[in-house]
Amino acid sequence: MKVYADNAATTTISQHALAEMIQYYGEEYENASSLHTQGQAAADALEDARGRIAACLHCDARGIYFTSGGSEADNQALIAAAHLGAKKGKRHLISTKIEHHAVLHTLDRLAKEGFEVTLLDVSPDGIVTAGQVDDAIRDDTALISVMFANNEIGTIQPIKEIGRICRERKVIFHTDAVQAAGHVNIDIDDMCIDMLSASAHKFHGPKGTGFLYCKRGIYLEPLICGGAQERGKRAGTENLPAIMGMAAALEDACANLEAYTKRVSGLRDKIIRALSKIPHAFLNGDPVRRLPNNVNMCFEGIEGESLLMMLDMYGISASSGSACTSGSLDPSHVLLAIGLPHEIAHGSLRITLSEHTTEEEVDYIIEKVPVVVEKLRNMSPVWERMMQPQEC
Amino acid sequence: MAMGYSEKVMDHFQNPRNVGKMDDADGVGEVGNAKCGDIMKVYLKIQDDVIKDVKFNTFGCASAIATSSMATELIKGKPLKEALALTNQAVVEALDGLPPVKIHCSVLAEEAIKAAIKDYYDKNGIAYDADLFKESGCEHCCHNG
Repeated sequence: MKVYADNAATTTISQHALAEMIQYYGEEYENASSLHTQGQAAADALEDARGRIAACLHCDARGIYFTSGGSEADNQALIAAAHLGAKKGKRHLISTKIEHHAVLHTLDRLAKEGFEVTLLDVSPDGIVTAGQVDDAIRDDTALISVMFANNEIGTIQPIKEIGRICRERKVIFHTDAVQAAGHVNIDIDDMCIDMLSASAHKFHGPKGTGFLYCKRGIYLEPLICGGAQERGKRAGTENLPAIMGMAAALEDACANLEAYTKRVSGLRDKIIRALSKIPHAFLNGDPVRRLPNNVNMCFEGIEGESLLMMLDMYGISASSGSACTSGSLDPSHVLLAIGLPHEIAHGSLRITLSEHTTEEEVDYIIEKVPVVVEKLRNMSPVWERMMQPQEC
Repeated sequence: MAMGYSEKVMDHFQNPRNVGKMDDADGVGEVGNAKCGDIMKVYLKIQDDVIKDVKFNTFGCASAIATSSMATELIKGKPLKEALALTNQAVVEALDGLPPVKIHCSVLAEEAIKAAIKDYYDKNGIAYDADLFKESGCEHCCHNG
C-alpha cells in the first residue's frame, strides 16, 4: 500500500487547478502586459484571479501581489517592512523562535544590516500569546512577524489577538500563512493582518507560485526590479497559468473548508489516539489549536530518520524533525524551541494528511508505525537503558 | 533510492546482521551520544584471540544501523588483530559508499569495535598500544551552534 502523508511538504495538484493551467498554457497563453485583445484577456484573467483570492481571504484585491511562492513573499514582506521602519528610525523587529527559515534567515540578513531582532519564546505547546507580543513592542519596533500555523507541529497562533495588539500599537503585522491558507479560515481584515504570505502548492495548487498580501498604504519595496508588473512591486511576466491554478485551488479549498476540517481532523485525532498508546510516545504541539491535517509525535529511544526510512519501505511517505533528515546535524529548531531535549527531538515523526487521505490509509499508518517503532527500539541502546530499573 | 543510499546500505538497514545483546560478552564498547543522534554498542565473544561472535545495538539513522551491521559482519570470525585494523573506509566501501554527510556513522562503527576490544584487553589485563584506541570524539559529527 502507498500512503502519502507528507502534505505539509507539498500536495497533489487538484484536477480543477490543472485544467485551468492547461488552458492558460495552451489556448490562452498571451502576456498580460500586451495591449492587443488577447493580451488584455490575459490581464483580465489575472485580475479575476486576484479578486477570487482576495474574496477567499476577505481582503482588498489590490493588496494581493503574485510571487514565486511563500519564501519570496516572506522575504519581500520582511525586507519591505524593515526598510520602511528604518526610514522612520525604527530598527527593531519581532518574530518567534518557531518561524520557517524563510522568515528566520531573512531576519538574520536584516540583523546584519543593523536591525535588532527579538525572537519570542513559545509555550511547550508551541503557542505565542498576544501578551508576549504586547510586552515586546518598543517605540522603535517596525514589524511583528508571527506565523499563522507552524509547518512542523501544526500549532495555530492567536492571530486575531496579535493583529489587534499590533493595530493598537501601530506596528506592521506580517503573518506567514503558508501552512494555513486553504486549511483554516483566514479573514485578513477582521484579523488586522497587514501582510500575509501564502504558497499555492500547499493547498493543491501548482509549485512555484504564491502571493503576498500587503495592506494599501504600506509601501512595498520590490525585491525584483524590471517591468511594471504587479503595480511595480514585482517585476517579471506573471506566471498566469500557475496563478489561475492557484486561484482555482484556493477557491475550492475555502469552499470545502468546513467539510475538510471535520473529516481530516477526525482522521488526525484517530492517528494521535492510536499512536499515543505506544509507550513513551507523545504529541508535539497543541492538541486543539492545531492544523486539521497535522500529526507530530516523538517516540523516545529511536531516531527519526531510520523511522522514516522504515516507513518508506512500507510505502508510507512521512517526515521527521531529526537532524539526519534536515541536512544539518541539529534537530529541528521548532522541537528545540518547545523545550524538547536533543535526544528526544531526534525521534520525531510528522504525518500530514490531505482531503484525499482515506480511512484505510489511516488504518495502515496506525498498523505500521508501532511495528517500526518496536523494531527500532529492540535494537536501540538508548531504549535498553530507558527500560532498565532506575537506581535510587 | 531514498536518502541517496546504496542498495547494500538499504539491505543492511532492512535486514541488519548481528543485532542483539550478549549477557556473557568478553568485551563491550559503546560510542556516540544520543544528543548527536547516534549511539552504537558492540558486544564481542572472544576465544583464542579470535572474534567468535559479535552483536550490536544501535540508536541512529539508517546508515548508522547499516554500518553497524556491515562492520560486525566484517570482523566476525576474524582474529583481533584484523578486527583492530578495520577502517571506516573499509566499511564504507563494503556498503558501496555512503552519502558524504553520513561518513561519520562509519567512523562510529570503527570506534565501537575498537572500544569493545579495548574493554576486553582491560578486563583481561592484556597490554596494548594506547594509540590504537584514540576516539575522535564528537567533533566530527556535531555542529555545536
